[in-house]
Amino acid sequence: MHADPNLYDYWPYRDRPRIAWPGGKKLAFWVAPNIEFYEFDPPANPSRPGWPRPAPDVVGYSQRDWGNRIGHWRLMELLDKYAIRGSISLSTALIDHHPEIIEACVARRWEFFSHGIYNTRYSYGMSEAQERAMIEDSIASVEKATGQRIRGYLAPALTHTERTFDLIAALDFWYTCDLFQDDQPQPLKTKSGKVVSMPYSLEVNDVITYGAMAMSPWRYADVLKRHFDQLLQEGERSGVVMCIPLHAYLVSQAHRIRPFEEALRHIASHADDVWFATAVEIAGFYREHCWDQTIADIDRRGLARPGVGFAP
Amino acid sequence: MSLPEDYLRYPLRRRGMDQDRYEWRPRADAPRRAWPNGAKVAACIVAPLEFHMLNPSGKPFKHPGAMQTPYPDLRHYTTRDYGVRVGAFRLLDALKRHRVRITFAVNAVLLTRAAPLIEAITADGHEIAAYGWDTDTLHWGGLVETEEAARVDKVRAAFAAAGLAPRAWLSPARSQSFATPDIVRAAGFDICLDWEMDNTPVAMRTAAGLLHCVPLSNELDDRKLLIDQRQTEEEWRAQILEANALLQSEHDRFGGQTLAFTLTPYVIGQPFRIWALDALLSALATDDAVWTATASELVEACA
Repeated sequence: MHADPNLYDYWPYRDRPRIAWPGGKKLAFWVAPNIEFYEFDPPANPSRPGWPRPAPDVVGYSQRDWGNRIGHWRLMELLDKYAIRGSISLSTALIDHHPEIIEACVARRWEFFSHGIYNTRYSYGMSEAQERAMIEDSIASVEKATGQRIRGYLAPALTHTERTFDLIAALDFWYTCDLFQDDQPQPLKTKSGKVVSMPYSLEVNDVITYGAMAMSPWRYADVLKRHFDQLLQEGERSGVVMCIPLHAYLVSQAHRIRPFEEALRHIASHADDVWFATAVEIAGFYREHCWDQTIADIDRRGLARPGVGFAP
Repeated sequence: MSLPEDYLRYPLRRRGMDQDRYEWRPRADAPRRAWPNGAKVAACIVAPLEFHMLNPSGKPFKHPGAMQTPYPDLRHYTTRDYGVRVGAFRLLDALKRHRVRITFAVNAVLLTRAAPLIEAITADGHEIAAYGWDTDTLHWGGLVETEEAARVDKVRAAFAAAGLAPRAWLSPARSQSFATPDIVRAAGFDICLDWEMDNTPVAMRTAAGLLHCVPLSNELDDRKLLIDQRQTEEEWRAQILEANALLQSEHDRFGGQTLAFTLTPYVIGQPFRIWALDALLSALATDDAVWTATASELVEACA
């Protein structure tokens, strides 16, 4: 076991080289609807139960099904209203279960990335071959259904192994949403490939805010506005990324969606300074225009260390 | 079944404390403190800088903020690391804006792991305190005294190697053994941020001399209020200013008192929270009755 994953190097936030997003924008904004499938009776993983209660957890299961039957559709209409394309964190088995959702997202030119097969199948304890097979299944399933080659990864239920990042790097992924150390992207130290650590968020993720932090709909909207205002201000110095990760079974609830819209309206009103993008667009731009200058700055002002993530 | 007979014997049942580190002293008997420029309240802010490793032993207990999900818990590792990479710089910017100097309590391993941050802190004129080795090296009653002394010496040596000679000590998780005050005082620390038994610093007896205890408020801890208790930033800010107002209102009767609280970079340094710190610092910095002091300055003013 490692004390430090060594997946990225220490890099002080102050005085970083300037990032200017396309059009000279200061903040790259993306929305990540998690479109997930949780199994009714998942197989046991030795490190974590599939549900907090013994299966069947009918409230947990049916609430998530509500998200798929009602919630996503309500959220899609809201994002349409503000011309925001989602970058979908997808349980890829959902392609088989609910193809209508996939078709609706394809019609909107939304991006898909992998969030594993089911959110009830964890990476803990997988062999290298098993984890690779799970990721390759994601790539093939999305490609077959949509024609898109996925470039992003968010491990199912945020469960990882020491090999996760080398595996996605070798499979030519461009970005991962699994790490939360920064408000700007940063190159990851993998054995091969060119993987960007893409700012996603737990702090403003609706699972955390409505659940663990017990926020009311109006408090969540206030937090999102303040988060955006601060990051936009800092984006004057060097471009930042803000992501709102969402789960329709939470945010699309009747008591929450309108207060949430207030935050979205606030963000949309700053179109002059904001690049409304998908994650793959941000990662693609970063790899091409910012990757090298970041590594040079880490060498100069950060603490570059040899080796790659989880090297023995 | 019954308990042993001595369970109902009370050998330390007497007037005063049941330990001899310091005397019992009701507030009516406390010395009146006078802060510089006639200030009524001394605001002493402490920012803990912590290294939360992926593989903590969690023994004898988990440090607040430690990993929670099975290894590798990259989710909590990186959210804690955010504080040292990003949040702390947001704090430094806000402190600079309001010309407030504070005390950064630093896990020794961060002296090298986050060296550019340490340089930025000292360049801005803040005080550095030692905060033990890391979050998994706890001081507690089960430690052998020589082993604990070796740990503290190792911390002292790491700070010396970084060109720093801190006076103040904060224990990881604010956890001590019965011998910790003697050991840290012997290692040259004469200020301690673990004990909070009064409204101004209290000089504690140790085998190596006096140890000045600056009362850092556990009840105003930002991580506890904002994360554990899920209070809002507005509630957090208002509580600190309420304490300030109350302490000022008592000045005529009790003299200068201390308002000491924490700013945890991975908590208050979040983009959606930093406005509250800005508002709080603005209120404190523009209040003529408030003296913002580092831990050392506060102790000096009590000498």
